[in-house]
Amino acid sequence: MSPARAAEAHGLAFDGLTLGYARHPAVHHLDGTVPAGALLAVVGPNGAGKSTLLKGIMGEIAPLDGRVLHPGLRHGDIAYLPQAAEIDRAFPVAVYDLVAMGLWRRVGLWRRIRGDDGAVAAALDAVGLGGFERRPIGTLSGGQLQRVLFARLLLQDARVILLDEPFAAIDARTTDDLLALVRRWHGEGRTVVAVLHDLEQVRRHFPTTLLLAREAVAWGDTASVLTAPNLRRARNLCEAWDDSAPVCRAEAGTPHGHAAPAHDHHDHHHHGHAA
Amino acid sequence: MIDLLTAPFVEFSFMRRALAGCVALSVSAPPVGLFLTLRRMSLMSEAMSHAILPGAAVGFLVAGLSLPAMTLGGLAAGLAVALLSGLVARSTVLREDASLAAFYLISLAAGVMLISLKGSSIDLLHILFGTVLALDDDALWLLGGIATVTLAGLAVAFRPLVLECVDPLFLRSVSRASAPVHLGFLGLVVLNLVGGFAALGTLLAVGLMLLPAVTARFWAADLGGLIPAAIVAGLAASFAGLLISYYADLPTGPAIVLTAGGLYLASMVLGPRGGLLWRLRPGRHLEA
Repeated sequence: MSPARAAEAHGLAFDGLTLGYARHPAVHHLDGTVPAGALLAVVGPNGAGKSTLLKGIMGEIAPLDGRVLHPGLRHGDIAYLPQAAEIDRAFPVAVYDLVAMGLWRRVGLWRRIRGDDGAVAAALDAVGLGGFERRPIGTLSGGQLQRVLFARLLLQDARVILLDEPFAAIDARTTDDLLALVRRWHGEGRTVVAVLHDLEQVRRHFPTTLLLAREAVAWGDTASVLTAPNLRRARNLCEAWDDSAPVCRAEAGTPHGHAAPAHDHHDHHHHGHAA
Repeated sequence: MIDLLTAPFVEFSFMRRALAGCVALSVSAPPVGLFLTLRRMSLMSEAMSHAILPGAAVGFLVAGLSLPAMTLGGLAAGLAVALLSGLVARSTVLREDASLAAFYLISLAAGVMLISLKGSSIDLLHILFGTVLALDDDALWLLGGIATVTLAGLAVAFRPLVLECVDPLFLRSVSRASAPVHLGFLGLVVLNLVGGFAALGTLLAVGLMLLPAVTARFWAADLGGLIPAAIVAGLAASFAGLLISYYADLPTGPAIVLTAGGLYLASMVLGPRGGLLWRLRPGRHLEA
């Protein structure tokens, strides 16, 4: 079945997707689909390309090769919470205004927001920050700001939600509250893709997992993915930035692993160490 | 007392014209400057005024001391530099300040080159210090038009402009307005600098854009208060500066900018939002 067909009805599909910086791949020949409504954890060592994959899905960086397919999804249907959001916290804007921007698709450039005061208040209540509307964002703690950003995600009402390490440096209680929201989104049939580090958390809350180390080491049921041999393989695959790496010859769109004659893994990853 | 404040404007039409031009500029330039300071691009307007100068000089070479020619020249040079540096910042690894620095230096050098090739020894001071007491109808229409375009532009693009400052990644994820808004804003900066250059001269145009904006930061906490505060500061500086230059027989452009500078220094000491005096007596902390 082609990736495009598998991703029908608002899912995501990767077709030989290669993403990277200055021609060096950070995500290498990734194939697979995220069906609509999936709750998927993306795990892997540092430098495995997890954040890069989310940026690629958002179109923040263009693929070096291959494609991301999101049939049926329009611009704005995918919500994205980046790692340590690029928010200018010194800007004089109140919590209310930041959260209300989650209504962008409905209010756009000019339509009034005032009629949705209730929705903004409800979203803030849902993340445990009721009554914070008038606080300037510069006065929030890191965890409070993360809650505010989750409130904005609530209002965005997006079909697909991408979270990049949403619980890094967040205390246990806040994490539990925010995880409850993630489960709520899952229950509402939204697709959630979250980059995470805490494997226990993944085992408890995420039914499916992608173990990434530049390429997909394993992808499927969490229990069958997070095994000791898989994790060891992921660690060994990862650290391989090589300035003189040869040009990758695998055909675009060819599922990785079936292109072995044209593309020698072993050579590719250990070239630098041998030299 | 009231007479002292109004007599010059009642008596002389050139003072009325100067006041009308400065009012127009005070309404449009400070809000633009406010967004510049909030984006940490305060000095961008300074660099941009250098980029405009050669265009204006070329206009002067072609058509003599003609406001339309010099304005068009300045506008062309300024827009070219603003758009090119904005595009480079959006599509390469260079940050906006670095790409702007590169382009404004190119523009400035090209302008100096052009002038020296022509072998003309035009009095650049004329351009630098402006003609605020000799604003003709053309100049007033220009300033009024710029103020109208600026306020309309800021109103139309207010939401994406704020978001582009606070959380640019989010704006890109929900809307395609990010690039047009960014470039349109740079266009407004150029437009206001060109307007300021007609009234106050190139070097001082930046003053009425930035000084009221930084002054406002000591008086208001959010944009709803900052924008009116900046406009009021600009108006006060224009009015007081014109009067000071009239009674003390001082050059007008510098008098207005120095008044704006005085307002800034006073606000830094007295302003209720982080002013120095308030820091000396912070008051006892609250319960929660």
